[in-house]
Amino acid sequence: MKLARIATVAAAALMMGAAPALAELVFPSLSYRTGPYAPNGIPFADGYADYFTLVNERDGGVEGVKINMIECETGYNTEKGVECYESTKGEGALMYQPLSTGITYQLIPKATADGIPIHSMGYGRTSAANGKVFSNVFNYPGTYWDAASIIVKHILDQEGGDLKGKKIALVYHNSAYGKEPIRTLEELAKKHGFELSLLPVDHPGQEQKSTWLQIRRDRPDYVTMWGWGVMNQVAIKEAANIRYPMDHFIGVWWSASENDVLPAGEAADGYKAITFHAVGSDFPIYDDLKKHVYDAGKAAGAGDQHGTVLYNRGMVAAMWAVEAARKAMEIHGTKELTPAMMRDGMEALDVDEARLAELGLPDFTVPVKVSCESHGGPGLGAIQQWDAKAKKWSLITGYIEADRAVVDPLIMEDSMAFAKENNIEMRCGS
Amino acid sequence: MFYREAGDFKTSYRADQQTFPIRLDRIMFWGFIAFAFLVVPFLINDYWEKSILVPFLVWSMAALGLNILTGYCGQVSLGTGGFMAVGAYAAYKLMTAFPDLNIVIVIVLSGGVTAMVGVLFGLPSLRIKGFYLAVATLAAQFFLIWVFNKFAWFYNYSASGQITAPERTLFGIAVTGPSAPPWATYLLCLSIVFVFAWVARNLTRGRVGRSWMAIRDMDIAAEIIGVEPLKAKLSAFAVSSFYVGIAGAMYFTLWFGAVEPTEAFGINQSFRALFMVILGGLGSIFGSFAGAAFLVLLPVLFKNIMVGQFGWPTDLATHVEIMLVGGLIIFFLIVEPHGLARLWQIAKEKLRLWPFPH
Repeated sequence: MKLARIATVAAAALMMGAAPALAELVFPSLSYRTGPYAPNGIPFADGYADYFTLVNERDGGVEGVKINMIECETGYNTEKGVECYESTKGEGALMYQPLSTGITYQLIPKATADGIPIHSMGYGRTSAANGKVFSNVFNYPGTYWDAASIIVKHILDQEGGDLKGKKIALVYHNSAYGKEPIRTLEELAKKHGFELSLLPVDHPGQEQKSTWLQIRRDRPDYVTMWGWGVMNQVAIKEAANIRYPMDHFIGVWWSASENDVLPAGEAADGYKAITFHAVGSDFPIYDDLKKHVYDAGKAAGAGDQHGTVLYNRGMVAAMWAVEAARKAMEIHGTKELTPAMMRDGMEALDVDEARLAELGLPDFTVPVKVSCESHGGPGLGAIQQWDAKAKKWSLITGYIEADRAVVDPLIMEDSMAFAKENNIEMRCGS
Repeated sequence: MFYREAGDFKTSYRADQQTFPIRLDRIMFWGFIAFAFLVVPFLINDYWEKSILVPFLVWSMAALGLNILTGYCGQVSLGTGGFMAVGAYAAYKLMTAFPDLNIVIVIVLSGGVTAMVGVLFGLPSLRIKGFYLAVATLAAQFFLIWVFNKFAWFYNYSASGQITAPERTLFGIAVTGPSAPPWATYLLCLSIVFVFAWVARNLTRGRVGRSWMAIRDMDIAAEIIGVEPLKAKLSAFAVSSFYVGIAGAMYFTLWFGAVEPTEAFGINQSFRALFMVILGGLGSIFGSFAGAAFLVLLPVLFKNIMVGQFGWPTDLATHVEIMLVGGLIIFFLIVEPHGLARLWQIAKEKLRLWPFPH
């Protein structure tokens, strides 16, 4: 009986595989709903999935072509990420969003060789912003180096424009991700005359006692954090334990969700983080989501993450993917997209404020315009602050521009080194 | 009926001592090897290469190395991940310092570098045993990973601390880097593993292997009959680290192409290798392969069945997969504490009598 049922299911699955392929947009979602990074992986994956469901249900797909999102669990682990990439590649994947800097680094050469674009939205290899070298990698709307310089700009504001002799500590995930901002922060330390101390935290980040003991002893004026998953919660709790002033503790946009601050309770009040999109569910799109997705019982996951920071971020990632696909259809005049066409669409992506309002997301995020030379987007970020009483994030600044004078030469230097190592010819006619 | 010694006459000691004394075994073995070398390269695609076959081969190599140390010489090691990292970083430094060096030489030299490091960390084994040695090798694991994070020279001062394998060719065909065809990396991996498994098999049944086993079974008795613990233990550490180093070099150059130390070579990997060896069978070459197959291939199989066929949610599938693999490990260890290799042996012995056991 049981065997028969399994056989039927297997046969049905094979039949489905063998059915004539309708035109569809395949967007793999390399998510992580298990392991130490799940508190951050789940809301992002839910938002990403729900936006695609909305487009399918409300509009019948992108210009009538349905989206097929294939989810694959990576556990934030590179080995599994590569397995996911290889297994979904054959299904006609148009674009990858690995949501892991480690996996992104792994996929950059592979995907470029396979001609599939990667959108590492605000993570991954910063110097991929140089489209002349990295043809298939996009990291709009901003990079880690943009984030680092915006955080320092905010600190400058707080300190009245002078950081001479101040101490800033960086608490970072000891991986490619956490190490990314170091180069820029070192450069900025030289420029502004502050002292930078580096405090690595090893995977998965539950053990930070010695890190925070060191902070307690050194008393840096500001602490910035490049953390992810459980590490964020632990760091904020530890900071509260040593009574570190929370408004002097600033996280990157991946250390900026509700799930990170809630475990510390009241003590997390005043914690700051940078972001590139708004929070909350106060947008017209949520009415559509409620009508077509939530009430229809098609919400991804447990459905308890709506309106949170990372849910919104997953949505914005999906939104840019959909708009890029639309652009690609427009450019190539066909509805059957290939990864190469999708890449062209991403390179021509232009989502301004008017378009955002049309999509039901007015003032939701920064306007993005990608070009052949620049894959890094506008590089804008705002500072948000946590109000523990109201359990709410609120933006305390407008969008701040990154310190281009510092970041751009660094991007140039790093991408050129990569180009030389791998014998890449410059694109974009220069 | 078919699988038996009867009629298979041996007329020399050489024939009597061979690895596969039964003719059917020999035929099956060579048939399997021929299939792996001659047929698989024509069928292989990216998925089979990167997610199934190369991982299996690389982990077999690591398990083989650890089995020499733990299974044959009885020295428990929790430093496998660290030694794999030594192999990977040695390969990286050699590849970038000598761009013209042949990739096979790079991989073998990386094994050599790891062997030296292994001997260094094997020195405490002359004084301490058992759990205490395990803790000493654990220190090696953490120390080595810390070194590769701390000193930028090892990763050529790259911004992210990652090492990336540049493209290298063998007979004009790329074997590392993104444009390497799947069959090329697979064949290179398979050749390396085949040669070194052959060497390991013959090492372990020769004089050196016997001295290791003597030390494992009772070191004082071994000393009395003339086995030098210093030589035996350090040679076991050297050979084991050599294998593990090659596994690390293959992991980095042929499999991933880019690694960062904390994730790729962390303590988890040390445990993984140890589980493979215990589950596969301590002191068995076949066991190293069986253990690697069990822990590398089974999760991929479960994932493909549960998500690919049944369409379960990915998080549920992952949790079920973890439980299933854990449950199976416990099941096999209860059914046969000596590992899959022993299970295989029992099956073969039963098969000799089949279908008339009386």
